[in-house]
Amino acid sequence: MKALVAIKRALDYNIVPRILHDGTDVDIAGAKMSINPLDEIALEEALRLKEKNRIQEIIVASIGTSSAQDVLRHGLAMGADRAILIQTDKQPDQLGVAKLLNALVSREKPDIVLLGKQSIDEEACQTGQMLAALMNAPQGTFASRISLNGNEISVTRETEGGTETLALTLPAVLTADLRLNEPRFVKLPNLMMAKRKLIETLSASDLGINLCVHVKRLKVSQPSMRPAGIKVGSIEELVSKLNASGVLHP
Amino acid sequence: MSILVLAEHDGQHLRKSTRQAITAAMAWNAPVHVLVCGNNIDEIADEVRHINGVNLVLHASAPHLAHPLAEDVASIIVKLSGNHTAIIAAHTPFSRNILPRAAAILDVGMISDAIEIKEPRIYVRSIYAGNILATVQSEDILQIVTFRAINFKAADKSESITAPIEPVRVPEPFNRSRFISEEHHASDRPELTSARIVISGGRPLGEKFEALLTPLANKMNAALGATRAAVDAGFAPNEWQVGSTGSVVAPDLYLAIGISGAIQHLAGMKDSKVIVAINHDPDAPIFKVADFGLVADLFEAVPELTHTLNHV
Repeated sequence: MKALVAIKRALDYNIVPRILHDGTDVDIAGAKMSINPLDEIALEEALRLKEKNRIQEIIVASIGTSSAQDVLRHGLAMGADRAILIQTDKQPDQLGVAKLLNALVSREKPDIVLLGKQSIDEEACQTGQMLAALMNAPQGTFASRISLNGNEISVTRETEGGTETLALTLPAVLTADLRLNEPRFVKLPNLMMAKRKLIETLSASDLGINLCVHVKRLKVSQPSMRPAGIKVGSIEELVSKLNASGVLHP
Repeated sequence: MSILVLAEHDGQHLRKSTRQAITAAMAWNAPVHVLVCGNNIDEIADEVRHINGVNLVLHASAPHLAHPLAEDVASIIVKLSGNHTAIIAAHTPFSRNILPRAAAILDVGMISDAIEIKEPRIYVRSIYAGNILATVQSEDILQIVTFRAINFKAADKSESITAPIEPVRVPEPFNRSRFISEEHHASDRPELTSARIVISGGRPLGEKFEALLTPLANKMNAALGATRAAVDAGFAPNEWQVGSTGSVVAPDLYLAIGISGAIQHLAGMKDSKVIVAINHDPDAPIFKVADFGLVADLFEAVPELTHTLNHV
């Protein structure tokens, strides 16, 4: 069995994004970038399946400029066997990413494709579902528990009021929710070793994909800040303020 | 050409977010068709036909839709897509599982979690945990969009309106995906995403999380929420998480109890009408967004608040 894990390079979780002077995009030049945390959870799940001998090979793939190599090296250091960069000038939209990944799936024929349920920058929550559609494969999104049984994978997914469990016939696409696992820490010697590993680089045309823009970003802006309120001195004062605001009894 | 709204229900009732999506659909000034999928859901179809703004109810009923799978609902949407200018839904876990699948089959890009329609095909959506607003343009003729429900007023129900119901011929089931079971955490309290009052707790509440907040929530008829840290620590169930990776809420009143105010949490609640923060740390960032802040020991303040409300 083979797993493909798609990972995205995104602005680090702890960095507050700034806007470019011309307002066209977020300024990521020089900012700390990391593997999208939910994609890291997806990769961790693949590693655990491999450690249980349920799968034999893990490929990590990323899409973007050559700087995306750093998240692929992170993936190799975590324990992925191979890394593939699909190099593009800029980040394609979600449908573009799904098309590139689908072309890679046709080439690599993985049994399981894992991704994070969304990225922390765009927060679109689309790519896994779109990829599953293009592969005409079943999808198990927002997964909080999975187990592999022969040719089927059972996926417990987070829904609005609880969870539901589905059984999917492989090949299938899974997207990881926060509670699927806690990713391991990367050890320094592994990181050093990953630096020497080869990263295969492909272009969209190598994969036979002609990217076109479906969703265009026109501008970005800062949301208006909520003005700070007041501090109250006691519960009694709080309750009288709430009563006065009318919010307790509509 | 009309607008197709994907309805969401729990088998018994239509979710409020569907009525909010219907309001978003009215921006197109085109007939609004609402797709209701399920098995034995006549009552829900009947509920939808009495909603203001609905021109047609598309009723897709089949045994395999009793627990609708994304694969099956997406194929119904694809089948209906030819007659519509836009296919929309509220950005709920249900719809965001289904709509991207339909969009990719139709080779259409999708806009997720739009908070505003600026002009035709141009939308505003929040990115980077609510820190940035992006204005985006769809380059496709067919628009596929999920909307942030809380930004739209729910369309009213009215017995004087009766839209026709039209049955939909349901395609064959996908079959390579099977429903096994579901687990609903039963609660008498209002739903987190549509409650008028939400009380959320942070990790400092510890093992006393529910013991402390439940009496207050019962008193106020409030939904309970939590921070990611409180959920990670096992003090609250997953589906209570408020924030950019959990639910986004905007109740009339949001009580943040022992919540420091990480940006990912603020992204999920900063549009609430009135925010109250109770925290022992006077420098907690939550006080920068709170209308009323109280620096106090949580384990004394919360029971006192519950008690005081008894006597109001």
